Amino acid sequence: MACENNQLLLDGYFDGELDLVRSVEFEKHVKTCPQCAQELQDKQAMRESLRAANLYERAPEGLRARIRAALPAEARPQPIPMPRRQVLEWLAVAAAVLIAVFLGARVLPNIGGHSENLVAEEIVASHIRSMQPGHLYDVESTDRHTVKPWFDGKLDFAPPVMDLKDQGFPLVGGRLDYVDHRNVAALVYQRQKHFINVFVWPQGTNAAKLPEVQTIQGYNLVSWSHDGMDFCAASDLNIAELRQFAQLLGQ
Amino acid sequence: MGEQQRGSGSVGSFEQVVLPHLDAAYNLARWLVRNPHDAEDIVQEAYLRAFKFFGGYQGGDARAWVLKIVRNTSYSFFEKNRPAELAEEFDEKVHTASTAEEPGAEAALLKSADSRMLREALDELPVNFREVLVLRELEGMSYKEIAEVTGVPIGTVMSGLARARTQLRERLLHARAKEEQRGLRK
Repeated sequence: MACENNQLLLDGYFDGELDLVRSVEFEKHVKTCPQCAQELQDKQAMRESLRAANLYERAPEGLRARIRAALPAEARPQPIPMPRRQVLEWLAVAAAVLIAVFLGARVLPNIGGHSENLVAEEIVASHIRSMQPGHLYDVESTDRHTVKPWFDGKLDFAPPVMDLKDQGFPLVGGRLDYVDHRNVAALVYQRQKHFINVFVWPQGTNAAKLPEVQTIQGYNLVSWSHDGMDFCAASDLNIAELRQFAQLLGQ
Repeated sequence: MGEQQRGSGSVGSFEQVVLPHLDAAYNLARWLVRNPHDAEDIVQEAYLRAFKFFGGYQGGDARAWVLKIVRNTSYSFFEKNRPAELAEEFDEKVHTASTAEEPGAEAALLKSADSRMLREALDELPVNFREVLVLRELEGMSYKEIAEVTGVPIGTVMSGLARARTQLRERLLHARAKEEQRGLRK
């Protein structure tokens, strides 16, 4: 049992959910309170058992297909019919945009190259595609000494490959991917049942500077630069843990 | 169909946003209702509901949005089929079982708990405790996300988790003690 005063804070601390001030205070308290220190150890032991026990229940084969079949037809991807007038209006808008882009490109040289959000959307699309069966990796290995050499000769740079197994983010593989008109390395890590794709390319080759954190279609992206490389981690993992992961990789 | 279009414009289509979270949906339903058959039915129904409400989805945390619907669907299922389970009150007088143990002994016991024991202990917890533990420990959600799914304030998530963990531990230690007794009797 934690000591009376800290019963509540302890779980918040354990889950990394306290604000900085309270977290620092609690850390100080634990150093002088064997009761709370022991309690933290117990919770950690239980968490490790839970993680090791493979309790996650994945959806059975076929459920996805049954759900798709049960949805009304319009749920399945198909072009959306539009009334003719609307089509004409959209065509007009599209034409105006094209002209503007054309003029813009001529009048303002190098207006910023690529839209950062296009790059971010490409990354999310790549991430989603990689989640489809058989697309996750070209080289499947938890050994960074297997994954790193695999990229030799396939890219014009050597992506840094780290295994973060001890920190709870084991490396599971890597593959070649293509983002913003160039080949990039995609490293695949796992956090419990969540996959994280880390896209890596040499710094500055992509004109876009991605925002540090963003969410697209429910997927979280964390981007940073380190040692001459640009990184972008994409996952359905929550932001807090994804940032923790990014920090381990050098953010 | 008008609603669907709104949904598919800025935040992605139903297929892109909701279907990727199918494993999470099933995992939650499976742990809440505790049998695979009902879990499948619930997920199917939840997905139909999600489809209906998709026009109202504003972007943001899609997994939490989906799981909230799965949770509500599961609770409706309980109300209809197993009302007793929701009323289940838990005896929370904490029986501090292991008092004389040396420090660290309990941690070692908890660490050695095997998959079957954990599964049984978790299955025996009342539904509200099971739910926060599954969302936090299996799904890896933050308090904020759990609050979104369960519709309670973040502080309640924190205290709920504290109580749920205490109960889970009690059950594990209890199961352990029982097993040891049985072993001695043999």
